[in-house]
Amino acid sequence: MTAPQPLAFVNARVVDPESGYDGPGGVIVSEGVIADVAKGREFGKLTKGVRVIDCGGAMLAPGLIDLRVKTGEPGAETKETLASAARAAAAGGVTSFVVQPDTDPAVDDPSTVDFLLRRARDIDSARILCAGAATKGLRGEEMAEIGLMREAGCVYVTDADRPIADSKVMQRLLTYAKGFDTILAHRPLDPWLAKGGAATGGEFAARMGLPSISPMAERIMLERDVALLEATGGRLLVDQVTSAQALETLGRAKARGLRIHASVSINHLCFNELDIGDYRTFAKLTPPLRGEDDRQALIEALADGLIDIVVSAHAPAPAEDKRLPFDQAAPGAVGLETLLPALLGLYHDERLPLIDLIKAVTLSPASLLGLQTGRIAPGAPADLVLCDLDAPIIVDAAKLLSKSKNSPFDGRRLQGQVLMTVVDGRVVHRAEG
Amino acid sequence: MTASAHDPSAAIETIRKRLFSFPKRHFLSAGDLNAPQAADLLDLADAFVALNRQTSKSLDLLKGRTLMNLFFENSTRTQSSFELAGKRLGADVVNMNPKTSSVAKGETLIDTAVTLNAMRPDLLIVRHASSGAASLLSQKVSGSVVNAGDGQHEHPTQALLDALSIRRAFGRVSGLTVAICGDVLHSRVARSNVALLQILGASVRLVGPPTLMPAQAERWGVTVHHDMKSGLAGVDVVMMLRLQLERMQGGFVPSTREYFRFYGLDREKLARAAPGAKVMHPGPMNRGVEIDSDVADDPAVSLIQDQVEMGVAARMAVLAALAHRLEEEGR
Repeated sequence: MTAPQPLAFVNARVVDPESGYDGPGGVIVSEGVIADVAKGREFGKLTKGVRVIDCGGAMLAPGLIDLRVKTGEPGAETKETLASAARAAAAGGVTSFVVQPDTDPAVDDPSTVDFLLRRARDIDSARILCAGAATKGLRGEEMAEIGLMREAGCVYVTDADRPIADSKVMQRLLTYAKGFDTILAHRPLDPWLAKGGAATGGEFAARMGLPSISPMAERIMLERDVALLEATGGRLLVDQVTSAQALETLGRAKARGLRIHASVSINHLCFNELDIGDYRTFAKLTPPLRGEDDRQALIEALADGLIDIVVSAHAPAPAEDKRLPFDQAAPGAVGLETLLPALLGLYHDERLPLIDLIKAVTLSPASLLGLQTGRIAPGAPADLVLCDLDAPIIVDAAKLLSKSKNSPFDGRRLQGQVLMTVVDGRVVHRAEG
Repeated sequence: MTASAHDPSAAIETIRKRLFSFPKRHFLSAGDLNAPQAADLLDLADAFVALNRQTSKSLDLLKGRTLMNLFFENSTRTQSSFELAGKRLGADVVNMNPKTSSVAKGETLIDTAVTLNAMRPDLLIVRHASSGAASLLSQKVSGSVVNAGDGQHEHPTQALLDALSIRRAFGRVSGLTVAICGDVLHSRVARSNVALLQILGASVRLVGPPTLMPAQAERWGVTVHHDMKSGLAGVDVVMMLRLQLERMQGGFVPSTREYFRFYGLDREKLARAAPGAKVMHPGPMNRGVEIDSDVADDPAVSLIQDQVEMGVAARMAVLAALAHRLEEEGR
């Protein structure tokens, strides 16, 4: 493949969380890396053959890094393939994403990691990273080959949606993974309290007659994880904190200096339990949507830095799995394409400064995984997103590039349109018109 | 009323006078009605009671219409009640049994709905184990859907027949105090009754063990009691709920005998209620679990048999009003 033409982005609002810069400037991209960054100045004379892109004041930020994406590959390719997810990612300004290991077969040994990463290599519209299973077959019983999977290229280990109920197994995982400096991502959920539930326990679910789960299920498991973390000294990523009570636990753990990080899904920042009103299964998620108090607490925790990372929690489910009675419908929502515009809502509502929001989807996940991406600095990989922050859009689920169209944002008005996405110095997406 | 009971044409005349167009295309939730609409429906149902007590009970209000019973959960009594209501109104009644048909072969609810819709039923009566199922189905059919029980959500015609039974026993619903007792958590009957009784101006208490009380039930505009004796003090109506044994995932109450001791309705507990208080139960009863036979079978206090009779009349009223709306819409 010939090297792509060098690009010069000029007249942009450059947002780089690493240097803390948010202001006018430009970026020159050459041979897959960022060659030069201009902050508050203009580039001098540009060399010949450089394609100049006038950004017209649009935001130029590091491409987004999404730590929690599901596809259907391998095993359920009708839902989503790596390629279709990558196209959706490019359209949403997501330049790297981590696929979850709960596929069929599960990604629980080095050969499946290798298989996935080989498939990913042929796809150039996004960088696809992979998480390995923490336990064999995601059963929560025996440890998977964490060391070998790390060697094969997995970036962290997790049992995805399945909580590791056995405390002994969890303790060993935290201890063992430490030897490979590997992060264990764990979904805090007490499986006994959560059994059979489809919505958050409370007044609303009770009125709707839905089997429900107390948010306590999250807190109890997180309390256990924190205690084990304290004892073992491992590294834990709390996979999608969703409730105010769990935030308290998280706050205490961070205050004690434990190596704990937390993510939140964009859905839990944007929706609350009332969005499942009239049994809207497209808003049925796991973890389920919470009350408005919880949503507000999550936004504050993101602003305070208590929550480090925002994920799309992209979980494709075809219509036939969604158009069912609520308790039978598949949970989850696609989110790669709507992550950035939805997140920008918090900037437009003046809840968080733009640079902090961008950090939660670029630098923070990159630092957590030790990636070179997620920053705009000379020598860094040229993964960029150009976004018109103010452009109004109406989400039309039918037009999403994901194979599955299960978006709770369908019909929503958002503000912020991705104009261009660059991966490895190549333009992988450009807005029409 | 007495005169019309002996004159078939007078009963029919009253029905025709009171007949009105149902306020919505579907009847999914008791809360869909406002107070005057609920009163109109009860008035109409009253006229059907008169008709049903005559030898000739047939009418042609639903002539040419097809009523389809679609019961994903077994319920002989509710299904027969709708069947009888439909037949007395002159409809063609079809009972589909999804358990032995395509649903058992993995067809989704929506596919079933679309398939059945192609047979052009005018009235589709649905019972399903999932909350929201009737609402989902109503989005895919061209006729009217009546929710005959969706999961733990609602059972609006039960609330209507309960209100009718109460109104006939007391002459009013407004101003009465009704205690709904037992497994409120899993009960669609309770949810529909709380809504409709409040619309009609009654005050409602919920009585039951804390494990069987919905979260934040006090925010439904009711008072919550865990002690049955205080819960029943001075109430006009004691509405018992079935202890849904089949729904217990285990451990809501330690044993049926302990449940009966503290929450089963017997003479002693009933003595706390107001003089002249009436006892109701949606059936089928677990005798000796939630209600003592002595109370259940005492015609002086029990409205349980009336409820069954009122069920047919209330459903005739709903079906007639829904069909009237279909007619007005030219469908």
